Amino acid sequence: MYITLILLGVIMATIIWWLLRQTLSVQPWVSQTVDDEVSGASIDANKKTVGLITFLAVAASVFALFISAYTIRMEEPDWRPLTEPTLLWANTIVLILASIVYHWTRNAAIKGNDARVKPGLTIAGALTVLFLIGQVVAWQELRAIGAYAANNPANGFFYLLTAVHGLHMLGGLWVWARSTMKVWTGAGADSVRLSIELCTVYWHFLLLVWIVLFGMLLST
Amino acid sequence: MAYVSFADRDHEQEHHDPDTFITKYVYSQDHKVIAIQYGGLAIFIGLVGMLLSSMFRLQLGFPETFDFINPENYYQFVSTHGMIMVVYLLTALFLGGFGNYLIPLQVGSRDMVFPFMNMLSVWVYALSVLILIASFFVPGGATGAGWTLYPPQSISPGTPGTDLGIVLMLVSLAVFIVAFTMGGLNYVTTVLQARCKGMTLMRMPLSVWGIFMATILGLLAFPALLVSAIMLLLDKLIGTSFFMPAMMAAGEVTEYGGGSPVLFQHLFWFFGHPEVYIVALPAFGIVSDLLSVHARKNIFGYRMMVWAILAIGGLSFIVWAHHMYVSGMNPYFGFFFATTTLIIAVPTALKVYNWVLTLWQGNIHLRTPMLFAIGFIFTFTHGGLTGLFLGNVTLDLPLSDTYFVVAHFHMVMGVSPVLVVFGAIYHWYPKMTGRMYNETLGKWHFWLTFLGTYSLYLPMHYIGFLGVPRRYYAMGNTDFMPESAVTLNASMTISALIIAATQVIFLYNIFVSLKKGEIADGNPWKATSLEWLTPDTPPKHGNWGHELPVVHRWAYDYAVPGAEDDYTPQTVPASEVSVGRDHGIDH
Repeated sequence: MYITLILLGVIMATIIWWLLRQTLSVQPWVSQTVDDEVSGASIDANKKTVGLITFLAVAASVFALFISAYTIRMEEPDWRPLTEPTLLWANTIVLILASIVYHWTRNAAIKGNDARVKPGLTIAGALTVLFLIGQVVAWQELRAIGAYAANNPANGFFYLLTAVHGLHMLGGLWVWARSTMKVWTGAGADSVRLSIELCTVYWHFLLLVWIVLFGMLLST
Repeated sequence: MAYVSFADRDHEQEHHDPDTFITKYVYSQDHKVIAIQYGGLAIFIGLVGMLLSSMFRLQLGFPETFDFINPENYYQFVSTHGMIMVVYLLTALFLGGFGNYLIPLQVGSRDMVFPFMNMLSVWVYALSVLILIASFFVPGGATGAGWTLYPPQSISPGTPGTDLGIVLMLVSLAVFIVAFTMGGLNYVTTVLQARCKGMTLMRMPLSVWGIFMATILGLLAFPALLVSAIMLLLDKLIGTSFFMPAMMAAGEVTEYGGGSPVLFQHLFWFFGHPEVYIVALPAFGIVSDLLSVHARKNIFGYRMMVWAILAIGGLSFIVWAHHMYVSGMNPYFGFFFATTTLIIAVPTALKVYNWVLTLWQGNIHLRTPMLFAIGFIFTFTHGGLTGLFLGNVTLDLPLSDTYFVVAHFHMVMGVSPVLVVFGAIYHWYPKMTGRMYNETLGKWHFWLTFLGTYSLYLPMHYIGFLGVPRRYYAMGNTDFMPESAVTLNASMTISALIIAATQVIFLYNIFVSLKKGEIADGNPWKATSLEWLTPDTPPKHGNWGHELPVVHRWAYDYAVPGAEDDYTPQTVPASEVSVGRDHGIDH
């Protein structure tokens, strides 16, 4: 559980440190007229951004717990390491490209460059779909050599972790599909700018998660 | 700059006044309607949980009397009772119910920041409740593995409900977690980003602080339950061995091998212990507000109360293995977790002192909500103290899995939060419905519930000390159980049935008062916080009419020395009150 503890420790410490800083010097029972002018938000960001960051903390917690479970289960004597399909390297490169293209599209959207947003979004989504197809093909390769989930916990974890990561990717694609539809039906970059910005953060996050997972799978 | 100044952000909010019955009461995006949907559903399933407990109490008090309770049923009742009460009643009611109702009203927002997701949350929650109920009606019935669902027991033949029952239970939990996450993102973001002008974090009522921190805990801890549920589901359905060891079941060697049941326990309690505080922190917050309002005094040590909430939230993640002292751990781990468990008692005790000091020299009005709040101080102190026994490894070993444990956690996280729930419902009833409840019935409800729970759980500590194990269908004839313990069991069952029957008074009161109660004033308790200052009672869609409120002070200006009224609402500017409580120093 150390990995989870470290991650949650960092998250909780950040939250509590931040909250403490807001509260340490305040004496709310004294009427302070300067506070009267304070309004609205604690963080200088859109509410959707705050919502997304909160969700990323939840998703990070899920993946950290899976990784903890993986490392604990690995210590049992029946663990037989799995040889990951080489295809995963190609998938990783595709996902990195998807992230880069999304970032490029985000920059275009911020600058209001409509001409770049449309192809950018489309390519980023297509690369992501390609990544997911690649993952399914990797599953098929494993099944072809008889590496089923029930044979060994290492196999089970491989299917489980890739599936959970893929589901998160699919959730992202759903948001992607909505903004892509908008752009293709003639909406300007401005109307999807926030959606693209947030998706970029989400794509980077899932890329990071994938690299951590892939590294862990390779090294064990 | 600690805070970011925005111009009036009111225009950012979208207002679509719902016009049809369906959009107003069924697919509503109004946080108040969602709160009542969440609350109503949670109370409904909670009543089911209570009925289940009455059934197995009948068996425990009068064994060999009732033919309709066989061992399978008994285990199904116990398991589902536990799961319903902890997750589907208390978590949903405090965060989905009170969180939804109180957060926007108390921080001065028109609604939650993501209303559509909020609506999805309640409907997905309803789905999870439906799946849970369905598990009783599938072949083999609901799971009987205990609410902790420990493998290998929970998915091995011989346990009730190992076919579909356990599958539906796990699916229902996963669905619940999705619902909770959608709600939780709303609660956190609303508290952070949608407060009205002048509402600094430290001017928020403690109810909001409690719910806010509990939501953060929930968002980070429920994933552990999700992970363990998914992995257990895979063990059950496709035959992986994440948790399942090599074993024989029903005389045959199973296909499983090598899994680690203790891993499940770690994951489960990594969720399970924060869960205690997910239920307790909102109760702490709400009870602070009830005590302050009805004692006409500012809460004692507001800042300490906030810091205690933060400290408890942080520490709650590093005490989980105190549920596992008997599961086999490195002895140094036991030492570590015993120490953290005792440390978390410090901020908790600090809160209890502050509640008592709030009452000290207050102008106490013993109305129904106040009775429940004071009752909570008793039951919570009581349950908290027995927790110190169980937190110590050496004392836990003999007491583990006896009725002492059952008595402890029912006092501390069963009775105590439920008393707060009742107090809170009575307290906010006038605001939610526009009518007053019946005070006499409310007091009857309190005294019967409060004394009833004591007569149920005090003797339970005693039979726990005798060593009577929990979860047994029937004890039969044993040497260590004297006749008196058997009689006690019967008396506890009678108390349990009385408590269950008492809740009819509660239901009668809240339903009949809807029509027949006195018309409530907008602020019947003369309270200071924003929810009492809405232009309409009950508040309309959008809460605040044309103008958002502006806050000029904290929520606890009761009986300020020299002020004209004994309370100063949060919206009153400093210039309108000549005398203030500046450091308690007279100017």
